[in-house]
Amino acid sequence: MDFLRPTTWAEALAAKADRPEAVPIQGGTDVMVELNFDVHRPAALLDLNPVAELAEWTREEDGRLRVGAGVPYVRLITELGNRLPGLAQAARTVGSPQIRNRGTVGGNLGAASPAGDSHPPLLAGDAVIEVESAARGVRMIPAAEFYLGVKRSALEPDELIRAFWMSPAGGPQYFSKVGTRNAMVIAVCSFAIALHPEERRVGTGIGSAAPTPRRALAAEEFLAAELDWEARLDAALLARFGELAAEAASPIDDVRGTADYRRHAIGVMARRTLTWAWNEFRSGHFERRAG
Amino acid sequence: MRVTFTVNGRRETADDVWEGESLLYVLRERVGLPGSKNACEQGECGSCTVYLDGTPVCACLVAAGQAEGREVRTVEGLADGDRLDPVQEAFVECGAVQCGFCTPGLVVQAHDLIERVAQPSDAEIREALAGNLCRCTGYEKILDAVRLAAARKAAAS
Repeated sequence: MDFLRPTTWAEALAAKADRPEAVPIQGGTDVMVELNFDVHRPAALLDLNPVAELAEWTREEDGRLRVGAGVPYVRLITELGNRLPGLAQAARTVGSPQIRNRGTVGGNLGAASPAGDSHPPLLAGDAVIEVESAARGVRMIPAAEFYLGVKRSALEPDELIRAFWMSPAGGPQYFSKVGTRNAMVIAVCSFAIALHPEERRVGTGIGSAAPTPRRALAAEEFLAAELDWEARLDAALLARFGELAAEAASPIDDVRGTADYRRHAIGVMARRTLTWAWNEFRSGHFERRAG
Repeated sequence: MRVTFTVNGRRETADDVWEGESLLYVLRERVGLPGSKNACEQGECGSCTVYLDGTPVCACLVAAGQAEGREVRTVEGLADGDRLDPVQEAFVECGAVQCGFCTPGLVVQAHDLIERVAQPSDAEIREALAGNLCRCTGYEKILDAVRLAAARKAAAS
């Protein structure tokens, strides 16, 4: 096995072009588990820790945040918690403090596990994933098009994940996750919601209840058509939203839970998160945070 | 490959390190520091918690090569010579140790907590220690020890 240590982004891209089979490692919280248990023995590890620019985030001219793939969860919470509240809530549920000190959204995207905690808020918040290769340059991939299958993504073998782009929340955002305890839990299933009041639209993300993280599109379209943004939340509308969210899931039975349970829980979490977000929106407590 | 890094203030070089090896393995088997414990090897138990450039991490999830040029502080590096760190003293006094396997990780993690938060609430202590599993004592005495260490540190400063 080779251990590749690029120190700049350009070197990292060159290394990945040269050795497309190399497995990128950032926080190691997924990659090292597979090595420790001998699940995989890659031909090379590509250590991205020395690439300092990956650990930075910036506010871009169009107002969006560009968050480097190497920014650990702990910094998403402390530095970006106000601006990306849905993602920060999800980040707080990742593993333990030690894991959040090392783990990154970039790693979550690279692994592309349907159970990854950051995926639902990325979907609900219209995140775009910036990937790059030495040969073809930058590609901007909307989160909804990034996940292709169980642990499969749109990332090509010679590409690396550079950053994700996301607008600071324009409305309340919430994340909910079902697990057997508060810490160190891989999601049985999860759900994220993001209100986009300026567009009179609600974004959603379903986790761990389908082969990929996915949006509940019919549920989003239903709210876009039926939700009265000046009124209290209608009970029948809420119930229908929950049903449509549950229908968008296509879960399986596994050791963590049954398909029926997951479908049910997605409906419950969809109703709950919409209620939380709506209450915050209607109370006027939500303030748009400048990036 | 060769990995050179600083451990508890001392420069260490390990040779013939396998590229897929963890920092934990290097510490225990190559540098001779068995304080950090090897249990789950998947970041679930916290027994191998060490500081990496001042941040607590699971040493089993850091690739050895990622420690190159960096600073590691293990449980062995907390005491000042024969004088135990206040967190270690508190664990002894409160009986927060039974089999002792989880203790090094808990001590490092608690050490970090009271460095960052002067007087942590019970909720903050529980949250900070959520990634450290103990299967003997049942945590109550561990919580007592962290409260005691934090109180002493606050009184001393």
